[in-house]
Amino acid sequence: MRAQFVLSEIGVGLRRNLTMTFAVVISVALSLALTGGALLANKQVDSMKGYWYDKVQVTIYMCNKGDAASTPNCARGAVTDDQKAEILKTLKAQPIVDKVYYESAEQAYKHYQEQFKRSPLASSVTPDQMQENYRVKLKDPTKFAIIASLFNGHPGVQSVSDQREVLKNLFDLLGGMTTVAYVVLAFMLTVAMLLIVNTVRVSAFSRRRETGIMRLVGASSFYIQMPFIMEAAFAGLVGAGLACAMLLGGRYFMVDAGLKLQDKIPLVSFLGWDSVIGVLPLVLLIGVVMPALAAFVALRRYLKV
Amino acid sequence: MIRFDSVTKTYPKQNRPALRDVSLEIEKGEFVFLVGSSGSGKSTFLRLILREERTDTGMVHVLGKDLARLSNWKVPHMRRQLGTVFQDFRLLPNKTVAENVAFALEVIGKPRGTIRKTVPEVLDLVGLAGKEDRMPGELSGGEQQRVAIARAFVNRPMLLIADEPTGNLDPQTSVGIMRLLDRINRTGTTVVMATHDQNIVDQMRKRVIELEKGRLVRDQSRGVYGYQH
Repeated sequence: MRAQFVLSEIGVGLRRNLTMTFAVVISVALSLALTGGALLANKQVDSMKGYWYDKVQVTIYMCNKGDAASTPNCARGAVTDDQKAEILKTLKAQPIVDKVYYESAEQAYKHYQEQFKRSPLASSVTPDQMQENYRVKLKDPTKFAIIASLFNGHPGVQSVSDQREVLKNLFDLLGGMTTVAYVVLAFMLTVAMLLIVNTVRVSAFSRRRETGIMRLVGASSFYIQMPFIMEAAFAGLVGAGLACAMLLGGRYFMVDAGLKLQDKIPLVSFLGWDSVIGVLPLVLLIGVVMPALAAFVALRRYLKV
Repeated sequence: MIRFDSVTKTYPKQNRPALRDVSLEIEKGEFVFLVGSSGSGKSTFLRLILREERTDTGMVHVLGKDLARLSNWKVPHMRRQLGTVFQDFRLLPNKTVAENVAFALEVIGKPRGTIRKTVPEVLDLVGLAGKEDRMPGELSGGEQQRVAIARAFVNRPMLLIADEPTGNLDPQTSVGIMRLLDRINRTGTTVVMATHDQNIVDQMRKRVIELEKGRLVRDQSRGVYGYQH
């Protein structure tokens, strides 16, 4: 098998079919960029989940003066020092509790002011509206129900809240978006595959004279099919290369420059370059194997011995 | 070399078989004319030898191999031992004469050294020395057919199949092509040639096989074309 001959045949084939080759390159590039993007988005959501679930705590809000009217459990007024001490003792006795932090109403007010700095909510709240609370860090964040059942209705406790509940909605949303991305990319890949199949057919048809002679003189079907498969794989590789550039560029413009998401959302730790580079080999592999396979399937029905 | 044992072939959606119960044997080194009107089954006969088609019933042996039992991936290797020439030459218009012949060797993976050596030799044999770098479009019909014969013969096949090789050529040019095929036959290559050319058949006085509506109606050594059409 002569490499130079095969390469020149591939070059001729790609040039003869330039517009279709272009269409293949672009559709492969877009679908693979989306594939990589979806994979990275999934990774990002996972890493955020890990990061946040590690940080979230169960908060036990205790009654303040204002709650007496609105919450039946606090009908006897604000929490007393005895009650606080008892809650703390019970908490510490639980084996699933890792750490307990106390937050006074003043501290809670300060945190609130910080969090809602740019919102009109900040000015509408006064320190005595805030509740004293215990922030409980659990060894296993999923065991929230035990704490909830222990302290709901406990004297002096206004409510027990699991911050995971708040985050769960957010992560459900992000997960849903990832699923949508996967569905879209499945369609894109299908379109790319069909386009490749069609391109290979057109290519085989335009060269039926050559392939006919090849058959006649006894070229093996592998030898006849290989230029077409290599063409598809080459176009796919170029597309995959573009997809890689898009992923790297996307990460740069979204996180570091341009949108500067890292500056705007400091709470989220964005995926590093290593994660982005980590998906590139997969993108390249799909970019080469998928078109080659599509070409092979297309030719099986088209170029018979 | 070639043996047909009661071969019948019917194409899909056709009532009448293209070949019906044909049995014959062609020995090594023979020169055989295959005659018969259009639709008599000549092309089917040749296509069966090339294994472009398969028989319905009966057996075809070519070069000692039962083609029905030859697996698909071995077919290319079988075809390398056959040369084929057609009425319409089937040359690649964007390649030179030498490249056209070399193409046949390149696609079966022959080393470049061999190609560089054998291509001029075979072009010399068919009388095209000095025209290696011409394009097929610049050549006359007879010269184009010589290129096709050179390509068919460059592998030194045991068997040369020619499907109306003079069909597009004037009588004088045809004579030249027949001389060439005769020369190739004298090197020991078996030649099977389908033709409508009465003059050629009558002049050459070789074995004649006549098909009519798919049946073998005549097999005559040193025969003539037969009745007028």
